[in-house]
Amino acid sequence: MATVQVSEAEKVYILHGIRDDLRVDGRGCEDYRHMEIETDVVSNTDGSAKVTLGDTAVLVGVKADIGKPRPMVPNEGYVEFFVDCSANATPEFEGRGGEELGTELSNTLYKVFNNKHSMDLKSLCISAGEHCWVLYVDVLLLQCDGNLYDAISVAIKAALFNTKIPRVHISADEEGGKEIELSDDPYDCVRLNVENVPCIVTLCKVGHRHVVDATLQEKACSVASLIISVTHKGTITCTRKVGGGSLDPESIFEMTEAGKRVGKALHAPLMKLLQQEESLGKARQKVGFLG
Amino acid sequence: MRGHGTYVDEEKLTASVAGEVQRVDKLICVKPLKTRFNGEVGDVVVGRITEVQQKRWKVETNSRLDSVLLLSSVNLPGGELRRRSAEDELTMREYLQEGDLISAEVQSVFSDGALSLHTRSLKYGKLGQGVLVQLSPSLIKRQKTHFHNLPCGASMILGNNGFVWLYPTPEQQEEEAGGFYTSLEPVSVSDREVISRLRNCLLALAAHKVLLFDTSVLYCYECSVHHQVKDILKPEVMEEIVMLTQQKLLEQEG
Repeated sequence: MATVQVSEAEKVYILHGIRDDLRVDGRGCEDYRHMEIETDVVSNTDGSAKVTLGDTAVLVGVKADIGKPRPMVPNEGYVEFFVDCSANATPEFEGRGGEELGTELSNTLYKVFNNKHSMDLKSLCISAGEHCWVLYVDVLLLQCDGNLYDAISVAIKAALFNTKIPRVHISADEEGGKEIELSDDPYDCVRLNVENVPCIVTLCKVGHRHVVDATLQEKACSVASLIISVTHKGTITCTRKVGGGSLDPESIFEMTEAGKRVGKALHAPLMKLLQQEESLGKARQKVGFLG
Repeated sequence: MRGHGTYVDEEKLTASVAGEVQRVDKLICVKPLKTRFNGEVGDVVVGRITEVQQKRWKVETNSRLDSVLLLSSVNLPGGELRRRSAEDELTMREYLQEGDLISAEVQSVFSDGALSLHTRSLKYGKLGQGVLVQLSPSLIKRQKTHFHNLPCGASMILGNNGFVWLYPTPEQQEEEAGGFYTSLEPVSVSDREVISRLRNCLLALAAHKVLLFDTSVLYCYECSVHHQVKDILKPEVMEEIVMLTQQKLLEQEG
């Protein structure tokens, strides 16, 4: 993880600020930084989204491929995650530097998203036991300025919303074998139901309080953070603690409650925005990477 | 004539970097907008200690090479005339340790471009509580003084290297400890709000490539008071504030 150096006096300043509910950039403890979302940014994917949160930037692409269902769940498709830490984000990721963080991120994402409560995996099934859609979700970190999990989860939700899977027709030939035929029409596609896809809220314990959407400087002052994935109804689907420090049960309870509140509030505007963007259709002016 | 940041392309002089054109008679240079800090003697810088070595500290100042701060070019507690002993060398980390922020002046430039700093004045030295804002060095206007006590209730060091330090205005002048003592008393909420507002104003001005000096920052601060501190960084608010600031600056000039 990209780290920054912070002097003792700066730490004290940040700590006292969080105690007074006024952070260095003027935010309260439960405020997010300015977020920008754009979907459909990469043309050779089935769905893509770019999210910038403060100075953190992530790009997510979703590719759909036909594969064999897992033997344990023959009537479900599955999702695979890969996180690439670009050396553009920070020189620390050069060579194999980003590998560890990448695996950690993708393992967490797998835990959070690849279950039937978060995503409608049954809709990815083509023919039970034989064929199913496999969604390859590729995450590219373009810039790191703290709070990667939240930015990635929002980007994934947006990319999944944007994903268009071609419709398939199954026809049986004379010998009883099945033949899969993909529709040629690019508009003849299935959309995923992303209603239950959770968003991740990371809460950093700084001093006696916790903050949402911590910058790198704030992260340097925190001992441990809690990752909570929350659905639009406020249901918690996964929690994880990261960082070396320890959290006492009472604060975990408080953080979970705050995470629920913040996560719930995150979903409604996100879905509204995504639908708004969708309704603009082809007329939308694309911002891309230079905007 | 071909200066820095230009090249000749099919007999035409072309800029090789995006930035501001400067002409000296026939010589045409382009000063890049996004660049590392090219220090000159006398520049005020804000930097962060990255390493403690024999008789020197290494300082990160946004230049191409780490700058050095020699033990012999700092004021140690005990006044100007104090002799440096071997013990001073061993206790260097007590004065400045890795991660600490300092303000300093460029004393000389080595042949490879690395800077040698000094803090031999009471206005320089270790920085205490406050906020560091890292911007492009080309946005800082060169001025007589880079230390400002702003009337809005905070102080600011506009480092020539693009590092800006915002801190609450100290009540009494420097203590006897030679600037190595830092107060860890909590800063009041009102001071914090002013500092946070200034920080966001600086970022807003920098995002719109407005030259930074005390007046521009102060005008921007004044234009932003109708908005909440956290809203300043929203693009539409940022644009509005910066536009108002630019208007004010033009009025003042004309």
